[in-house]
Amino acid sequence: MNAYNFAYLDEQTKRMIRRAILKGLAIPGYQVPFASREMPMPYGWGTGGVQVSAAVLTPEDTFKVIDQGADDTTNAVSIRSFFQRTAGVATTTATRDATVIQTRHRIPEEALGEGQILVYQVPIPEPLRFLEPRESETRKMHSLEEYGLMHVKLYEDISRHGHIATSYAYPVKVEGRYVMDPSPIPKFDNPKLGDMAAIQLFGAGREQRIYALPPYTQVVSLDFEDHPFEATKADHPCGMCGAQDSYLDELIIDDAGGRMFVCSDTDYCEARQAAGHKGKDAA
Amino acid sequence: MYVAVKGGERAIENAHAWLAEERRGNKDIAELGIAQIREQLSLAVNRVMAEGSLYDPDLAALAIKQARGDLIEAIFLIRAYRTTLPRFGASEPVDTGAMACDRRISATFKDLPGGQVLGPTFDYTHRLLDFKLAADGEVPDAPARAAETGDVPHVTGFLNREGLIEEARHDDTPPRDLTREPLEMPADRPLRLQALTRADEGFTLGLAYSTQRGYGRNHAFVGELRIGAVPVEMDIPELGFAIEIGEVTLTECETVNQFTGSKTEPPQFTRGYGLVFGQTERKAISMALVDRALRWEELGEDNVGAPAQDAEFVLYHADNIQATGFLEHIKLPHYVDFQSELELVRKLRREAGVDQVQEAAE
Repeated sequence: MNAYNFAYLDEQTKRMIRRAILKGLAIPGYQVPFASREMPMPYGWGTGGVQVSAAVLTPEDTFKVIDQGADDTTNAVSIRSFFQRTAGVATTTATRDATVIQTRHRIPEEALGEGQILVYQVPIPEPLRFLEPRESETRKMHSLEEYGLMHVKLYEDISRHGHIATSYAYPVKVEGRYVMDPSPIPKFDNPKLGDMAAIQLFGAGREQRIYALPPYTQVVSLDFEDHPFEATKADHPCGMCGAQDSYLDELIIDDAGGRMFVCSDTDYCEARQAAGHKGKDAA
Repeated sequence: MYVAVKGGERAIENAHAWLAEERRGNKDIAELGIAQIREQLSLAVNRVMAEGSLYDPDLAALAIKQARGDLIEAIFLIRAYRTTLPRFGASEPVDTGAMACDRRISATFKDLPGGQVLGPTFDYTHRLLDFKLAADGEVPDAPARAAETGDVPHVTGFLNREGLIEEARHDDTPPRDLTREPLEMPADRPLRLQALTRADEGFTLGLAYSTQRGYGRNHAFVGELRIGAVPVEMDIPELGFAIEIGEVTLTECETVNQFTGSKTEPPQFTRGYGLVFGQTERKAISMALVDRALRWEELGEDNVGAPAQDAEFVLYHADNIQATGFLEHIKLPHYVDFQSELELVRKLRREAGVDQVQEAAE
């Protein structure tokens, strides 16, 4: 792959992306427009995350990619091999060994530390998009801090269903200022966003936006005093490692609709099994 | 017994190998050459160049071969390649008045300087399947004569002399570059035209058609449609003057639209403009109609709420590479989000009392 620059993108493009990242870190939760490039994978398949990773990766980094919490899902495999080919960086599946982790839809179970960067793939960066389809309007709403519409939507959920009917991509407020879309992570992961030691970067390629959370940023999931935010998961332990505290995937294991629950974070689950933890479905 | 799903890597490799085999097809049939695609499927090549925003017939032909004839996939390959190319500079504006026209027609004047030249068009063919072509595609040479010399002036120039058509305002401001800056609203006309020239042909056609059927109607005459080669010149700083670096074939369409005047503008004809790489006439006409519809604001017309008048709607949804990527991404796993939806729906159903019987049965 010598025909391409380190990590695929040319240095000018990386510089442009780094500027957007720095601006994002300086204004946590603010969506910075950037001149997203066409990547050799389709829009909607992580091009924003890939561009952010390409801009922050150095030859010394160790890279991990997860999709749905798992290292071996097909698109995670594809993105990992892309950077193996174009950047030649070391890769790992161990959360603690990675310096840069690109993720789709999950935050790893294991707490991240300083010196780590978590890169999110974001499909629709605008938390207000489904309330107001126009970009020109939503940008105005952010600049005027006009978030009433979002609270009305959440309130209407409660009055109709008794609960806020948003289970993933649950909106948060950053440092008391910007309402931000945390990408489609389950709301179970929302509490991990705040006060995280690692840098969190969000890349939306098709929508041409980058935003960021510097370490130890205050991030609050939107809620009401009488209807506090609640992180939820399937009420089971992991069938393989017995973990009580991890987010679970539900699997259908036979024609009769039999189900089992396993950790969505494969590294977390495997490490626990290696340490001797055993769930009820483990061999 | 559940075994953790492994082997994504091998599955991908095998899928790619199968894809390569399917692309090649039956090996008893001769393999398709790039030159054959370039010469014999040239309208497909033109579309890929236009929407890929890269003028290179050989690369476009290669992309079509690699994409198994899926033109959007081919456009994607070209876009992804294009983005890695260094940018040395920008050409001088091309002069379509100096075009060596293969085709030039006007629907507004029966005859005019430069004449009506039909060129290689499907227009008056009868769409009857030519079974002879299945057996033998050789054709006798078409009659030829020496090309007319001299410029072919633009039709809108004639209308302009009488002041019957709006003045196309001259503006030397460098246009914003859609491929180097994020698209931001409001988008001025140069930016809108950039987006439209690389926009999906089908989407542009549909929007243009909707204006004809009354969604933002603005009756358009094809003032002129011309297809042909124009020289591309570039200013070389070391030389201090512009030199010709090559030639591109373009399709240009200028529409002349009815306009009875508005709050701000007198009654006059107005313009829509389309300019597209290659022989891409359906696209250029569609582009001109959509361009005209998007100009409602500067012409002081009413916004009737038609999709083709809505710049945000048109520009954010016209790019087929963005659209197809996002559309097809729903094939990717969404277990995590689906799981959280499952939890929510179960909870809501439990509280509504619908699931008690089933829960008891489990």
